[in-house]
Amino acid sequence: MSATTAAQTELVDARIEQLLSDHPPGTTDRQAFWGAQFDLGLAWVDFPEGLGGLGVDRSHRAYVRRRLTEAGADLSNIRRNVLGIGMGAGTLMAHGTEEQKRRYLRPMFTCEEIWCQLFSEPGAGSDLAGLATTAVKDGDSWIVNGQKVWTTLAHEARWGLLVTRTDPDQPKHRGLTYFILDMEADGVEVRPLYQITGEAEFNEVYLTDVVIPDELRVDEVGAGWGVAMTTLMNERVAIGGNTIPRGEGVIKAAVSAWESHGDGDPVTRDELARLWAETEALRLTSLRAAEMARAGTPGPEGSTSKLAWADLNKEVTAFAMEILGQDGTLMPGGYELKRPDSLMFDDLQRWYLRARANSIEGGTSEIMRNILGERVLGLPGEPRVDKGMPWRDVPRS
Amino acid sequence: MKVSYRLTEEQELLAKTARRFLEERAGMDVVRELMMTDDAFDRDLWQAAAGLGWMSLAIPEQYGGSGYTFAELSVILEEQGRALFCGPFFASVVLAANAILEGGGEEQKAALLPGIASGDTIATLALAEHHQDLGPASISASAEREGDGWTLDGTKRYVLGAAVADLLVVAARTGDGTVGLFVVPTSADGVTIERTPTLDATRKQADVHLSGVRVEADALLGGHVDAWAVVERVLALASAGIACEQVGVARRCLEMAADYAKTRFQFGRAIGSFQAVKHRLADDLVAVEHAHSTAYHAARTTADPEEFAIAAPLAKAVCSDAVTMVTGDNIQVHGGIGFTWEHDAHLYFKRAKSTALLFGTARHHRTRLAEVLDL
Repeated sequence: MSATTAAQTELVDARIEQLLSDHPPGTTDRQAFWGAQFDLGLAWVDFPEGLGGLGVDRSHRAYVRRRLTEAGADLSNIRRNVLGIGMGAGTLMAHGTEEQKRRYLRPMFTCEEIWCQLFSEPGAGSDLAGLATTAVKDGDSWIVNGQKVWTTLAHEARWGLLVTRTDPDQPKHRGLTYFILDMEADGVEVRPLYQITGEAEFNEVYLTDVVIPDELRVDEVGAGWGVAMTTLMNERVAIGGNTIPRGEGVIKAAVSAWESHGDGDPVTRDELARLWAETEALRLTSLRAAEMARAGTPGPEGSTSKLAWADLNKEVTAFAMEILGQDGTLMPGGYELKRPDSLMFDDLQRWYLRARANSIEGGTSEIMRNILGERVLGLPGEPRVDKGMPWRDVPRS
Repeated sequence: MKVSYRLTEEQELLAKTARRFLEERAGMDVVRELMMTDDAFDRDLWQAAAGLGWMSLAIPEQYGGSGYTFAELSVILEEQGRALFCGPFFASVVLAANAILEGGGEEQKAALLPGIASGDTIATLALAEHHQDLGPASISASAEREGDGWTLDGTKRYVLGAAVADLLVVAARTGDGTVGLFVVPTSADGVTIERTPTLDATRKQADVHLSGVRVEADALLGGHVDAWAVVERVLALASAGIACEQVGVARRCLEMAADYAKTRFQFGRAIGSFQAVKHRLADDLVAVEHAHSTAYHAARTTADPEEFAIAAPLAKAVCSDAVTMVTGDNIQVHGGIGFTWEHDAHLYFKRAKSTALLFGTARHHRTRLAEVLDL
């Protein structure tokens, strides 16, 4: 262990001790705890002091999390405000102004202000850079018009991470600008988007003549694509590459189905064992990827997980439905158009349906395969008919 | 036996009329409205369909039917699959009518079939008790002789259309240990229908509880206490029938996906110009064509016991896999919009899975096939 690392660990340890003794998790209100955690630099330890960090190596993040969890701290803010804490914070840190960092990071971490991400549009899914929501400069402000979809938490969010088109005459990647959107501004309309399960995890957001002050622009005009990439890199890490314990998650549900509904058929058993093995191979790959990433040498193992996870989830749930047999034709609780109570599922049927989106959300499996082929294996890219073409002239549906 | 797979002129007319009727009277707006109700049933729509002769089609003329064959019936089933028709057609016309036709005595057929053929009576088959096992050992509902009649007890599951049915054909174990089929009015004392929410909201099911239900001697179909051969025959016809429905579901979804791939642009190109999408749809086309062939073959060989013993499980196995794949691919090709409630893709996806799991999974039917082929 190098001296610097030792010193960093010592600093982190001291702050953890201070946090736990001044604000014992058992008796401290959790929001107050998160506030103190931020103020002591234990929110994102690699961020600068005063902005929720201590300026130490990012690898200490996992250590802080483990120590605080062991001490009984409630770290549910990370899940509750996943788009803010998981993606927005890193984006603001890399591209935001000092004022933006000071204004937004603390209430983000304490969940006083929930964040959402306004990227996808009905006409821009896989081809995100083709998005059509416009922002037009008007004095010191911007006037925004368009429609966003698949917006998790928009109905609860105070702020949104928004990508807009500010110059349609540039090629698509170059004409984008990134903003912080006030979700309470006039002209922002949030509608629930009901999905295959009948639940509305997501929203549609309609933006009509929404005024955004220029202070809420993140990075330069026309630099929005780079900012969005910073946000998205975090999303793919968050969706795939889950390192849950061995045998947990969807494979556990399949094993349970086998135990409750299986008939001992050796062919089915072999199939279950094959899926278990695939699941474990994915898990080990994710562990390996996490270790390589921590060491600063991420390799291809980090990119394959999202694709493998999506396909496996679909396969495992479909297989489990076969084991359920005619019980799989039932839908406990039926379909009720509502906001979901939880994103975990008690019944396989709902899981089976939800899994269909796994190969679409956060990058379709088709796109993921292209990325693996091109960026990892170095294969030639797809011919690009829109390359260099002004966005205005690109053929669209 | 020489089998022709081309639709006859009459069958083509049937298909065309059915498609037009379903588009006009039972479009997706109607399906969506009905599926959110308890029973997904509209009596007027049902009677209008009966007016087209759908219910009577494959019932012999002497029992109030039109005397056509399963091939004509299959044309209607395919169109119903395509349109996700809501109503207990499969339950009444494919399951119950065939149970009565195959298992009933003359008097029973003459008494029961005309009502089914006219649509005035809705009947269904109350057979399954186990989630997977469809063999005779799975039947534990009992029929005890009492005087001239019988007393029935037990619970039947996954009963299609039970909540709107007038009659049940119930499989129950008699004192001999064999399984008989009993015709039971749903209005009889001791019959309780408990609706169970379904994955496929366009086709409802219920559990049927029988508690000390008294029926007369003539309720026993054919007077046979050993009716398992009839049950097997009905299950084989159900497999062939549901396979035809699956062909309609799958072909409609392939059309939806191909249409979308032509009109949805990303990266300045129709997404169908990407091989990842194009090749997926080409594979789906192969699957649909194979499904079509096996379903049509089964629907045209019902009268040839030796061939049908292969054709029925073949169709159910091949079509179940195909429809599961194609309806899933349809969602994938549509991307996010295909995952929404407002898009129809999920309704087909759910119909597909539900049909794949009813009356034996693909795996079950491959096992049947292996047995028949003595593999």
